[in-house]
Amino acid sequence: MNEKTIVHIKNLNHYFGGKSLRSQVLSDINLEIKAGEVIIMTGPSGSGKSTLLTLIGGLRSVQEGSLKVLGWELYGASDEKLVQVRRHIGFIFQSHNLLEFLTARQNVQMALELHNEPDRIAKVKAEEMLHAVKLGNRINYYPSDLSGGQKQRVAIARALVSQPKLVLADEPTAALDSKSGRDVVDLMQQLAKEQGCAILMVTHDNRILDVADRTIYMEDGRLFKEVVL
Amino acid sequence: MLLKIPLAWLQLARQKIRFIVALAGIAFVVILMFMQLGFQDALYESATQVHQKLKGDLFIISSQYKSLTSQQSFPRSRLYQVLGFEGVESVSPLYVQFSKFKNPQNGEKNPIYVLGIDPAFPAFDIPEVTQNLDVLKFPNRVLFDQASRPEFGPVVENFHHNEPVSVEIFPYNGTVGYQVNVGGLFTLGPSFGVDGNLIVNYATILRIFQDRTPEKIDIGLVTLQPGTDVKRMQAALTEILPNDVKVFTRRDYINFEKDYWSVRTPIGFVFSLMVFMGFVVGVVVVYQILYSNISNHLMEYATLKAMGFKNKYLLDVVFQQALLLAVLGYIPGLIISYGLYDVASNATQLPVIMSPNKLLAVLISATLMCFTSGFFSIGKLRSADPADIF
Repeated sequence: MNEKTIVHIKNLNHYFGGKSLRSQVLSDINLEIKAGEVIIMTGPSGSGKSTLLTLIGGLRSVQEGSLKVLGWELYGASDEKLVQVRRHIGFIFQSHNLLEFLTARQNVQMALELHNEPDRIAKVKAEEMLHAVKLGNRINYYPSDLSGGQKQRVAIARALVSQPKLVLADEPTAALDSKSGRDVVDLMQQLAKEQGCAILMVTHDNRILDVADRTIYMEDGRLFKEVVL
Repeated sequence: MLLKIPLAWLQLARQKIRFIVALAGIAFVVILMFMQLGFQDALYESATQVHQKLKGDLFIISSQYKSLTSQQSFPRSRLYQVLGFEGVESVSPLYVQFSKFKNPQNGEKNPIYVLGIDPAFPAFDIPEVTQNLDVLKFPNRVLFDQASRPEFGPVVENFHHNEPVSVEIFPYNGTVGYQVNVGGLFTLGPSFGVDGNLIVNYATILRIFQDRTPEKIDIGLVTLQPGTDVKRMQAALTEILPNDVKVFTRRDYINFEKDYWSVRTPIGFVFSLMVFMGFVVGVVVVYQILYSNISNHLMEYATLKAMGFKNKYLLDVVFQQALLLAVLGYIPGLIISYGLYDVASNATQLPVIMSPNKLLAVLISATLMCFTSGFFSIGKLRSADPADIF
């Protein structure tokens, strides 16, 4: 595993349910994500894509195999450790999940609360980030006053403001029309390239596959093929 | 972790109507607690004001004594036994008796509490009584408690107009009245058991109540020589006197009376229960707010957890909200309670008074109340699982 590797997965298995009802959701996953890479993962629903994302994101405990994120081994990691790892990952969800009682700027700034930035600097960074996602004129708007695409852009700003080395995105365009979906993905790709940040994105949206450096396909808990575009 | 974004406050303040309704609910509970405590204290305060104003260091009562309003006599000779003791400076008897006082205006008879003292000894630590001691040396002259309830008629007004105030006092079950003149006023105030007070020469009591004899007294006041150890004297007198009497210090005597009202009468229980009920209502109100705040934002909270916020951060938010609600609900509750205390004490003539103890007691229970709700609502918070939002 060299310096440029952000995620390194080896022989990862995962199961749901106990004893008699136990079913395998991930089988023998091997995957490597390098710095700055944009990877799109597709596959039918129920194939285990989300489970893999939650494992990489430190939101679930690893049961079998090795999973290294940003140099930390997550197999056998304590909850405390998982929380630490999460702070270095940007998350973007299908719905924006913004706190509706905070303004766009405050929502973005929440991500910096975890990094002990002085208030003044955090504010400036949050505003710069909102400018970067072309919402410089919506800084003090509440989410309820923003359109779906704008909200998702705030969510992107929130995920990227602390300059994570890895962004995990789960169908970020699913709730958006094609135009805003395209904008959002372009923005993600552009910012990720600028910051040298890797993106692992789950999507069913065929129109955005072209932003990927690599596309991987999952079915029945196996990473079936790897397509180099 | 420094709180640069006051999440707790911003969340509450964003839903203004709900926030104001919540504060109104808490203020209401605060008022409820203040009123209950106010009346409860007024009950104890008014029930023991005779005890607080009596002169003397030790008080002798019958061992059958239950409370001031259910008087029980004992032999006067017990008092003279005490007088022989070294360290005792003086003793004085007190005769008490409920009687009926005829309202001079409409003729209605209302129960009044009559305290018969020896005019040689001002049994009460009330300046107006000491000044008017000579009045009591005349036969048929009495002192009227000007803080008595208004049912007794315009006694005070007439007295101030220098009109001779002649009133009739009846034995409790008698039909033949006894004419007395009000020769002075003093201030003691009614209680839950007594509507008004008269201080008379004990000879007057013996005349009104033909069945009473001077040998049977109700309370014995014992004054000790300065520097005498009250506790030790109490023990010594208890040792030497027969079992038909008890010897109390002032503190014992006051506590005995308080216990009667809080334990023996339903009223003490009612007040405690009402305070508790108010508390429960408050817990429910605050729980509703906190719980709905959490369940409406479960996804967002799960997102915060995914971003690396610990459970503790979110717990802090809930408890900060609880504290904010408690304090911000307390302030209007307190202000309104001040006004209601005035109304209540004017209407009842009872000492319903704001005190530092009450301020603190209600603040603490309001805070406890909100924290209790916090504890009930955080169970929901744990169900915000970041693995579920992918």
